[in-house]
Amino acid sequence: MKFHATKEFLPEDMREMINERVSRYPEGWQRSAVIDALREAQHRNGGYLDERWMDAIADQLDLPPIDVYEVATFYSMFETRPVGRNSVSICTNISCMLRGSDEIVEHAEKKLGIKVGQTTSDGRVYLKCEEECLAACKGAPMMMVNHKYHENLTPEKVDEILDGLE
Amino acid sequence: MSDETVNIEINGEPLKARKGQMVIEVADDAGIRIPRFCYHKKLSVAANCRMCLVELEKAPKPMPACATPVGEGMKVYTQSPKALSAQKNTMEFLLINHPLDCPICDQGGECELQDLALGFGRGVSRYTEGKRVVSDPDLGPLISTDMTRCIHCTRCVRFTEEVAGYKELGATGRGEQMRIGTYIEQTVDHELSGNVIDLCPVGALNNKPFRFRGRAWEMTQHAQVSPHDPVGSNLWAHVLRGEFLRAVPRDNESINETWIADRDRYSNEGIYSEERVTTPLLRGKDGLQPVSWSEALEVAAKTLSDVIREHGADQLGALAAPGASVEEHFLFQALVRGLGSNNLDHRLGQVDFRSDGAEGHYPWFGITLEEIESLDGAMVIGSSLRKEAPMLAHRVRKAALNGTRVGLVNPAHYSYQFPTSGHLVRHGAELVTAAAEVVVALSEQLKASVPEEVQGLVKNVEPGAEARAIAEGLAAGESRWVMLGQLARSHPNWSELRALGLAAAGMANARFGVLSDGGNSAGAALAGVLPHRGPGAQAVKDAGLNAHEMFVSPRQAYLLLDCEPARDAWDSAAARDAMAGADKVIALASFMNEDLRQQADIVLPVGVYAESFGTRVNGEGRWQSSQGTVQPPGEARPAWKILRALGNVLELDGFEQMDPEEVLRDARAAIGEPGPGEENLDGVELAQPARPKGLWRLGEMPIYAVDALVRRSEPLQQTRDGRAAEARLAPADAEQLNVNDGDAVRVSLGNRGCRLLARIDTALPKGSVAVPVGLAETEGLGPRHGGVTVERI
Repeated sequence: MKFHATKEFLPEDMREMINERVSRYPEGWQRSAVIDALREAQHRNGGYLDERWMDAIADQLDLPPIDVYEVATFYSMFETRPVGRNSVSICTNISCMLRGSDEIVEHAEKKLGIKVGQTTSDGRVYLKCEEECLAACKGAPMMMVNHKYHENLTPEKVDEILDGLE
Repeated sequence: MSDETVNIEINGEPLKARKGQMVIEVADDAGIRIPRFCYHKKLSVAANCRMCLVELEKAPKPMPACATPVGEGMKVYTQSPKALSAQKNTMEFLLINHPLDCPICDQGGECELQDLALGFGRGVSRYTEGKRVVSDPDLGPLISTDMTRCIHCTRCVRFTEEVAGYKELGATGRGEQMRIGTYIEQTVDHELSGNVIDLCPVGALNNKPFRFRGRAWEMTQHAQVSPHDPVGSNLWAHVLRGEFLRAVPRDNESINETWIADRDRYSNEGIYSEERVTTPLLRGKDGLQPVSWSEALEVAAKTLSDVIREHGADQLGALAAPGASVEEHFLFQALVRGLGSNNLDHRLGQVDFRSDGAEGHYPWFGITLEEIESLDGAMVIGSSLRKEAPMLAHRVRKAALNGTRVGLVNPAHYSYQFPTSGHLVRHGAELVTAAAEVVVALSEQLKASVPEEVQGLVKNVEPGAEARAIAEGLAAGESRWVMLGQLARSHPNWSELRALGLAAAGMANARFGVLSDGGNSAGAALAGVLPHRGPGAQAVKDAGLNAHEMFVSPRQAYLLLDCEPARDAWDSAAARDAMAGADKVIALASFMNEDLRQQADIVLPVGVYAESFGTRVNGEGRWQSSQGTVQPPGEARPAWKILRALGNVLELDGFEQMDPEEVLRDARAAIGEPGPGEENLDGVELAQPARPKGLWRLGEMPIYAVDALVRRSEPLQQTRDGRAAEARLAPADAEQLNVNDGDAVRVSLGNRGCRLLARIDTALPKGSVAVPVGLAETEGLGPRHGGVTVERI
């Protein structure tokens, strides 16, 4: 097995952070730290994971890389291909749908000129396909932008939020 | 598992079960068949296929039999309407995405899904939606993939993780997108990887070289024994129209369990190589020419008599492959001894023969494979265990995971995939000192004195932390084992390593064993293919020359039994020169090579392991016979037949056998029951090893270069292990030589040299360079271990 990168690839502070997480679990259960490590890596790598980061994490945690790939591909919050700088997820689950999320999606798609699952050509916005309810039904329709919730959306409010993104 | 017994009932039948056993195990033992895909007796329980759902009394829902432990008074119904309905519904879901491509699927006819679909599937599918399609990863030359057929049982994933020891496969994605694979473009490289083919219950993972070549119901199945290492794994040979198309494991819990190594599985691909010799050949004006058998035997017999008349019997050297059968070895030595020569050997890979007189009657593990699992402490000296004998490594791994403290003393940091008590890695020339360190540490640990014979080797030796850890591991518990591997046996200081191993075993009251070359070196030694011992380990009057002496003091004539000296010999340069300089070379060979083409006077084509009745003695001392499964191609004949015919033409005694069973009877009668014999140090002169200047060549025998047959197996040669023609350097040496990874280097020994690609390998200690033997690129290069120079080109 050839690693795309070894643990030395990771910044020192990130390795410390991983070790700290590992210390929270019983010995031999270091794979429990995979999710935290991947989340950190995704933030440091512009919103997505590549083999270098995943292999380096595997090496740091003394796991075969496939163990890390399995986790990274299982959770929809991890991206395994390059995406835009800002991640926008519009909830389309039942409460939001009843409150008009389909129109919100259509509006956002039209405004950005992309479909759900795509990134704008300038790399500014990634319109992520949300798979499950984001648990903010009381404020439906809602969307999450870079981990921040925006509720009671209207097309105007969406314009404002999207225009405000760097 | 607890020994407590509980009473349960399956389908009304009262059964006793051990507490903690799963329902499916109890049912299997009782012969009650529960359908399953993901459950396998040798793997952990996943319970993800849901095919084994059964009804339990008092349980509201059907339960998976593979993950339900038995309890007192439990009542199980495997075929009640509720159970059957659950099983049928599971089957319907499994078939939703499974393609209906059985007519073009190699698994057809031996497919667990197909079989169970017959019993539990609907006649017509109710599913009208689109089916899932999955792209196929390239897992390398051994395993074909059709992942659309995968039902996600994860047996293959669990195998790589739990049995092979390194998780190479995984399940990526989720739900509809879940797929089994490597995620990135990556071949599966483990030496046991082929077992996932047998584990896969559908046609997703299959035997790649065998693809589209035969149907299960057309083939006949024949018991065979693998000839490539001293484990002697049991195989089934699957034969179609006289062709050995594939090998699969034959269950034998005490040898190979239910697995085989890739080397055993794919070596049959070499049988049909273009290099196969199919007619007797005689050297004429224009090189080797085909002749009839009667002419070839006539000339061979005359050549042998002429050489002996002109130069004396002492000028005949005879070498046999360690993988040949007992019958072949027995007749071979009878022929050579009948001609008056004791220059006989099968140990081509060895150089130090000083211990010959003190060694046991045959090389063996000193322990059975099953006993390894219950050891407390063990030490292995000089062995890349996984590559030398994969199934033995598997047993040691099982033991280590089960708590056996295994320590290793090696010339490089080999990967083991199990926890060790210590891994002491030293430069090849310091391996003796490393072993001495453990001996000293052990004597301190056990408060035992170091045996007098090895006192000279342990003088001024101060054990380091690693040696102490190994000694501590070995001293643990009651049952202990010390084994020396092939790298120790081929070491120029084999005698010293062996003496230290014996000393450690003596002090720790451990069993002592050896991992030798080939599939039948034990049988070869017992049959008398040794210069100093005849059949049954009887000492001969005038000991002949050993394999190494026969090359360094060249003979006028050589008789070869299926060996390739330029690749097999310890000093391959001396071997090549000796062959080239000999007046006559008579080769019984299954395969042609360039050296034979240049040097042989007579080539007599012989059959390989599956082509004649043959008996092999494995490293446990276990005799295993198997019948000839296929005919040798063309005019090739089983070697025992040729040797017998040669004996007849030469009018020697003891060549009257009509069939190989009779040869075996004669061999057994001559061998008697000598037992393994005693290993001691009587009369062995030990010396401190000298360290040569410059780099040290570590001559590893790559896993897929061990014998003539394996060398011709194209699929094995295309694997990562098969592409081993590299010079592996320690990072510090590479830097000093200004060599980068992937650079071409010239490796020189004396006036011989070869060009190899350099690999920088942190597993090697400074001052060592691993230059493999047994390969076309390195044949004829020279001594297997010792001084070498490397330069960038």
